[in-house]
Amino acid sequence: MKTAALTRVSDFEWRIEPTGKMRVPGVIYATEALIEAMDEKVRDQVVNVACLPGIVSASYAMPDAHWGYGFPIGGVAAFDADRGGVVSAGGVGFDISCGVRCLRTGLRHADVEPFKEPLADALYHRIPVGVGSHGPIRLAGKRMDAMLTGGAKWAVEQGWGTRDDLRHIEAQGCIAGARADAVSDKAKQRQREEMGTLGSGNHYLEVQEVSEIYDRETARAYGLDEHDVVVFIHCGSRGLGHQVGTEYLKTMATSAREHGIELPDRELACASLRSDTGQAYLGAMRAASNCALANRQIITHLAQQAFVELFPEADLTLLYDVSHNTCKLEEHRLDGVNRRLFVHRKGATRAFGPGHPELPDEYRAVGQPVLIGGSMGTASYVLAGNADPRVPSFTSACHGAGRAMSRRQAHKSWQGGQLLRELRERGIIIRSPSLRGVAEEAPQAYKDVDAVVDCAEAAGLARKVAKLKPLVCIKG
Amino acid sequence: MWSHFHHGADIGVRGIGKTLEQAFEEAAVALTAVIAEPSEIRCLETCEVRCEAPDRELLLADWLNALIYEMATRHMLFCRFKVELQGSQLLGSACGEVVDIARHRPAIEVKGATYTELAVHEDRPGEWRAQCVVDV
Repeated sequence: MKTAALTRVSDFEWRIEPTGKMRVPGVIYATEALIEAMDEKVRDQVVNVACLPGIVSASYAMPDAHWGYGFPIGGVAAFDADRGGVVSAGGVGFDISCGVRCLRTGLRHADVEPFKEPLADALYHRIPVGVGSHGPIRLAGKRMDAMLTGGAKWAVEQGWGTRDDLRHIEAQGCIAGARADAVSDKAKQRQREEMGTLGSGNHYLEVQEVSEIYDRETARAYGLDEHDVVVFIHCGSRGLGHQVGTEYLKTMATSAREHGIELPDRELACASLRSDTGQAYLGAMRAASNCALANRQIITHLAQQAFVELFPEADLTLLYDVSHNTCKLEEHRLDGVNRRLFVHRKGATRAFGPGHPELPDEYRAVGQPVLIGGSMGTASYVLAGNADPRVPSFTSACHGAGRAMSRRQAHKSWQGGQLLRELRERGIIIRSPSLRGVAEEAPQAYKDVDAVVDCAEAAGLARKVAKLKPLVCIKG
Repeated sequence: MWSHFHHGADIGVRGIGKTLEQAFEEAAVALTAVIAEPSEIRCLETCEVRCEAPDRELLLADWLNALIYEMATRHMLFCRFKVELQGSQLLGSACGEVVDIARHRPAIEVKGATYTELAVHEDRPGEWRAQCVVDV
């Protein structure tokens, strides 16, 4: 993207002045280099979101923003139901509540290093991954509905994890307001065999070493120390979320005009928050979010079983679980007034600052853990929410590195087998059912996650706590 | 004839045909090729789908989404497609087989057909193009 079309506010903040049908300005948090690496479409999409009814403050983009569908990936926008605000299925995306959880293992790098290969095999054996894989349980009928309203809490009640896990999941593992009746039979059918599966694409489970600590006090609160071994799980609501997204996108696209909503682009399909369609979508989207939380909880349990095969002393405890494709009702203070807003984060992570009442006691003084997944073979990060008043993007931060190259280009540029060998030489063990999938996820196909995270910190979105180095990756 | 086109994070599928129906059929082959090599898939089992949408573009997205649903719930991959259009309705069939991980080596699953770069157009007489970005 050319910087000429933007107003430079600081080295890390750029503004698009409102013109035409824009109701609010656009704001992009990025360095000049990151802006230049972004597709021009990111600007178009930030502008389009700024045109939606009831949008509040600005249409924001995070440092890892890239061309999405409707909203940019890395987009944040809040809407006020009292001022004609909307909810957008495209603003949440097909992978509803896709997110990351980080688990401590109680193990040190020296314990795991000699056993990386058998650990990779044990994880790959236990955790269903890739196209056509089936989960450990089958769900239907009332059990499906109980999962959709109960989320990770339901999973724990079924024996997949402990109650203590729930304290370290956003909304304590259960999103309120979920409506199983707003989820179609087709969506439920698509999920029947998919509970406890990772999926494919950029979804993964990674074993990592804490390679660097930046903020000792916060790291202590999060229970992290240098050379600790942790696990990152990145996946979402699987087939159910995809089907909910698909169906409501069509409903919203066809009904928007009837409800007097002029869409700048069809892919921004949305519905008034107060309309029947808007309310049904919120209920279905929350149910899909619970599906994602339950799914990550089940995978955690499978990972625990794999770890104890090799390390009987391993105890996988949840550091935090946070989604990055959501629409959440949150209270934010704007111009001295507390307002309840529907905050869309599409490829952006909620980043509550210190003192937020939703945070568990042990994190309240330091802020919410913000989990940033890198690409295969590169670092991941644990950040902490700042709630810096200079950055009014509804306490949000980036979510990953962001793609720099399309899958097609990546597939043409690299060979999966060669990549696996190169990563192994660097001490990173990969297991994946597809070499082409590996090539499409080549580390070089992504932006530099270090630059994205440094920018997020410099812009005040979140602060760095720990850097994580990959050891083993189970790749979808 | 089918092809894939560039999108930053995902992938575009495009079908070109002499008729609208053929363009839809080719777009479906392009969808399969996102996941696996179409020539590796055998036509052993056929399933029927029916879609309805207020315009051609939404009908294309519906057709591809119907196939994504059938692939996900039947654990199948498809290689041959037949489309019949009757006004706002589409009657389609897809022929394929159950996924064989070792033989098909599926690279990625498709989450849904998006409205990004969604277009159904007769570019010149007798050449129809049907395309959109699919989320993977």
